[in-house]
Amino acid sequence: MAYGVLFDGTRCIGCRACSVACKSWNENSAKVEKKTSVEGGIQGKAVVSSDTFTFMRYREIGEGDDFKWAFAKIQCMHCLKPGCETACIVGALHRNKETGAVTYDQGKCIGCRYCMVACPFGIPTYQWEDRTPWIRKCTFCSDRLNEAENGMAPACVTACPTRALQFGERDELIEEAHKRIEESKAADPAGVGKYIDHVYGEKEVGGTAWMYISSVDMTELDLPWLSEEPVTKNARTAMSLLPYYATGMLALMVGIYFITKRRQKIAAGKHEEKKG
Amino acid sequence: MKEMIEPKAKFPWGTLILSALAFLCAGVLVQRYVFGLGAMTNMSDGRGWGLWISFDLYCGVALAAGGFTLAAIVHIFHMEKYHPVVRPAILTAFLGYLLVVLALLVDLGQPWYIWRMIFNPNIHSPLYEVGWCVMLYTAVLALELSPAVFERLHWRIPLKIIGFIQIPLIIAGIVISTGHQNSLGSMLLIMTHSIDPLWYTPIIPALFFVSAMAVGPAMVVFEGTLSGAVFGHKISREVFTGLGRITSGILVVYLIMRLADLAVAGQLDMLFNRYPQNIYWWIEVGGGVILPIILFNIPKVQQSSKGMFIAAVLYIVLGLSLNRFIMSSIWLVIRPGYTYFPSWQEFAVSIGLVAWALMMFQIAVRLLPITKHHDEGESKSEHSAPEAAAAS
Repeated sequence: MAYGVLFDGTRCIGCRACSVACKSWNENSAKVEKKTSVEGGIQGKAVVSSDTFTFMRYREIGEGDDFKWAFAKIQCMHCLKPGCETACIVGALHRNKETGAVTYDQGKCIGCRYCMVACPFGIPTYQWEDRTPWIRKCTFCSDRLNEAENGMAPACVTACPTRALQFGERDELIEEAHKRIEESKAADPAGVGKYIDHVYGEKEVGGTAWMYISSVDMTELDLPWLSEEPVTKNARTAMSLLPYYATGMLALMVGIYFITKRRQKIAAGKHEEKKG
Repeated sequence: MKEMIEPKAKFPWGTLILSALAFLCAGVLVQRYVFGLGAMTNMSDGRGWGLWISFDLYCGVALAAGGFTLAAIVHIFHMEKYHPVVRPAILTAFLGYLLVVLALLVDLGQPWYIWRMIFNPNIHSPLYEVGWCVMLYTAVLALELSPAVFERLHWRIPLKIIGFIQIPLIIAGIVISTGHQNSLGSMLLIMTHSIDPLWYTPIIPALFFVSAMAVGPAMVVFEGTLSGAVFGHKISREVFTGLGRITSGILVVYLIMRLADLAVAGQLDMLFNRYPQNIYWWIEVGGGVILPIILFNIPKVQQSSKGMFIAAVLYIVLGLSLNRFIMSSIWLVIRPGYTYFPSWQEFAVSIGLVAWALMMFQIAVRLLPITKHHDEGESKSEHSAPEAAAAS
């Protein structure tokens, strides 16, 4: 049981109300950032930063009759098996099993930035210009989710005017996503429908709380191609082998020490005999 | 090299340059702590780890592997002929680890909170293991080196105590430091999709361990040649040839592991069609692993100290350092919209820390019985001190 959000690219109009709501709820400064200078029109170079937890990514895809606008809302995906959570040396990043939100506790952080390189989606950001920098990222509005009895969805979701963002139980959202894809196929005489038949985030890196369906492949919107294996798997296996490794190494070294020492003594003894 | 054997007659350019670099580093560090990381590094959200992690942590720890390999060769495997090079190797390892600790205190965003890792453990984090290994092994190396200090000061009782726990200490050091080499590899395992597939494999920890073992003896050949030229002491040809053989033996195992890993993953074709990454692979493995294996086994090379030096440097620079750089920086995916090349301040810190370490090495070799000792159990400092004085 955990929450999720479904983004439907065919419903999104790219209005950026979600970004505004995010800035406002998290009291993030709206200053123009160095790295977000708009080059090449509206496709821009927007990125997540310590003051921007989410942004709208625009792409012009195809040409002529095939031309279309494609949008993707970029924010923390809130993985079911988060790389950042396994990476964090002090456990400052933690996935709440009830809400599914992966949140950060600056009361534990030491600033090693392992989470930033461990994240397969490139989400955690850092307050580089600060003398006492912390990690910053989307919180899934967990301060609103915690008041879930009041029915508070994340700020971005409530702001969306076209219901392109839908908040709910993750399992139900997966069903909903497939239903929309199938219904669209059924309505289309050619049997194709308006969606690509893939729910991005359903299985990627073991599943994410945020999921996408769209008329274009999400990798065209620069979401990374990822396998279904959680990124934490190999690292966790390696760490679980550690006690065996240490014991084995210890035994090996003690063994070799005594064997070679004994050999040395025997050799020394023979040497003495020869001399005598 | 010949001129360097008579350092007295020359103006101390080396010391001058090292001091300049060390002071520049200190100045840059003031900038770092007053204005923050963003003011003096080119690191960004796109690339949260930069030169300091690749060079100071990844290369630094690996190149300090001489400490555990030589300690194991001499004290555990009882190959006595390598005894004269143990202490220089342990001194290098100790200074190397100090350098790693200092670099981490620069790189951490809030180093004054480093104590938090003791109270908030995440036992699943490879970095948690790395952190403990750095702390523990630095302490072990300090203890392994302490007999040199005690001998110099003629402190009999501490010397006896250390002599008594020497073997357990060395074994603990081997377990911790090999664990450390492994865990640096485990750290990269989480970057499943960021490290290029030519290098990403679930056996990275094992590869790091084996390549570190091989670099230990190679580092001793490298430093032995250099410090022999600077300080004028001789290490026997037999020791160098032997160390070269040990390195090439381990490198053969390493090479087989690298190739077998690609074969098992069905990725051998990448060596020829994954351009341009494969160029780096061939430079790294061809020039840094295969070539040293060949060189170390040619009798003519074994007879020449220059030849041995070149073979060792090839492996240290291409086979090991380039490998660590490729995995932690060069062929690590960067977030879209970003680029990274270290700022001059980042270089100044890395180079300056090495300068500090080199000067400390010089001072330690002058003051302590490092290159002149024969038996650690008994105090021989009485007659090694005048010898050292006579030599200089």
